[in-house]
Amino acid sequence: MTDLNAIYVIVMREMKKFLRERSRLISSIARPLIWLFLVGAGLSRLVSPRAGMPYTQFIFPGILGMTILFSSIFSSISIIWDKEFGFLKEILVAPVRRSSIVIGKALSGTIVSTIQAAIVLMVFPVIGVKLSAAQIGLTIIVSLLVAFSISCFGIVIATFYESYESFSVIMNFIIMPMFFLSGAMYPVKLLPPALRAAARLNPLTYGVDALKNTVFTSAAKAGPMSPDFSFSADLAFIILSSAAFVALASGFFERKQ
Amino acid sequence: MPAIIRVEELTRKFGPITAVDRISFQVEEGTIFGFLGPNGAGKTTTINILCTLLNPTSGRAFVNGFDCRSESRMVRSSIGIVFQDSTLDKDLTAYENLAFHAYIYGVKKPEVKPRVEEALRFMGLFDRKDDLVKRFSGGMKRRLEVARGLIHRPRVLFLDEPTLGLDPQSRSHLWEMVVRLPREHGVTVFMTTHYMEEAEVCDSLAIIDGGRIIASGSPEELKRSMGGDVIFLKTTDNAAARLKLEAALGVAPEEEAGELFFSAPRAEEQVPAAIRALSDMVLSLRLQKPTLNDVFLRLTGKQIRPEDVHGADSVKEELRAYRRRH
Repeated sequence: MTDLNAIYVIVMREMKKFLRERSRLISSIARPLIWLFLVGAGLSRLVSPRAGMPYTQFIFPGILGMTILFSSIFSSISIIWDKEFGFLKEILVAPVRRSSIVIGKALSGTIVSTIQAAIVLMVFPVIGVKLSAAQIGLTIIVSLLVAFSISCFGIVIATFYESYESFSVIMNFIIMPMFFLSGAMYPVKLLPPALRAAARLNPLTYGVDALKNTVFTSAAKAGPMSPDFSFSADLAFIILSSAAFVALASGFFERKQ
Repeated sequence: MPAIIRVEELTRKFGPITAVDRISFQVEEGTIFGFLGPNGAGKTTTINILCTLLNPTSGRAFVNGFDCRSESRMVRSSIGIVFQDSTLDKDLTAYENLAFHAYIYGVKKPEVKPRVEEALRFMGLFDRKDDLVKRFSGGMKRRLEVARGLIHRPRVLFLDEPTLGLDPQSRSHLWEMVVRLPREHGVTVFMTTHYMEEAEVCDSLAIIDGGRIIASGSPEELKRSMGGDVIFLKTTDNAAARLKLEAALGVAPEEEAGELFFSAPRAEEQVPAAIRALSDMVLSLRLQKPTLNDVFLRLTGKQIRPEDVHGADSVKEELRAYRRRH
């Protein structure tokens, strides 16, 4: 009971802070839109229209993945802020399981980034994508799962860092490579073997792929731009990796010095 | 009175550094217990072990009957803590910080509001309950943390240097409230401090230096161990006065800077006797009571002052560097 309370109150705290910081919401929605319309429109001139679909449409699931990646990791590594400003101690001395703290934090990131991904998803008519109501619903459900998995991954990362100075390290050496090796901007199957192997280890790859599976129409599910894995394989990987990240993060939190 | 905190042969090492070295003590329920010592003496390490944030290297510690190592969750629900550094969320309001605490400690929903408001009222912060904590002064933040520590009705409240960095007015304001805690909230207070005036109000004290407890007892007992008060006299003829005092009181006065002085276990009775013995040779007389500072000085050879952080800082630095490596 105390543990459900703890999860609830940790989520409520993040929601309050999220709603108070409008600029964070605006910038986290602006980033994917800038990529979609500026990078996407620029690169679409280089990609043959015979490749299967317009490039802007191809990167659309990847852009949803990007929205989830950035806001989930940012939400999770707020733990580093909490460490630096002491609030984490308040949570750690509370009589609750470490796993409840991890789940509470992960759910906060999940909700925040799913809201953002849903907002970005709504630009689909502008780029000529056609989505049924069922596809929209399924995409949001997949976004929830992906966001949970990436948030948990972010918490594992956050347990390794003590101060917010490490932020740029996380940004440059974790978030950016994860984004570029996720199949968001180019199909994994077209990567050179070494990069393809790295992409297969990237938890975001399966999230982006699952989103491709829900967003692309069946006609687009063939050819070089098609999803790289089956939908069920994507889901299995996302769910298993989330469980592993929760266990890892709880373990790291439990460890006393 | 049963012991609410029991510490037996507790040791904590950080690599080559022994921060706490086989200490043992007990704290009786419903008292204010003071843990005194210079920086780096092992006070915070001990608190962290009692709060289950740190495991001991050896030895045992019990809070409210629960083992700090194996029953950490039970210990955590028995205690409230105010750490040296603020652990408030500055982007939430005072009320929200306390409500967060209430929920995470499992306070039932209908109880949350009355308890939070009661705690805010007790610490004199009710008017500011909807202000963001980042707009609070240092003293208000500290009071808010004490209020928060009481929300879940703990059996023991830990205060680690509660008045460090506060101005004198905020210090005494906070202090007035802390001394009321055992009676009004039925909570045992375990605190560490640098300030000797604050240590005076404790029911019992333990003095720690270099990771070891070097003395313990009530402030009175510790001061009595100094051998009582010291009487200082200025006379028209110190040499003659010294002989008279030796004869009449059986003491052996010494002279320093033109003043005679001798220690007097029962100074209140010995002052009139001294004046009678010296008749009109006395120019002035003063009586000095031993302070906890004197006790501390004699036991450790150091003055205890919050400003004295130099030597101790290097120990803290070493500890921090050690933690970073491991």
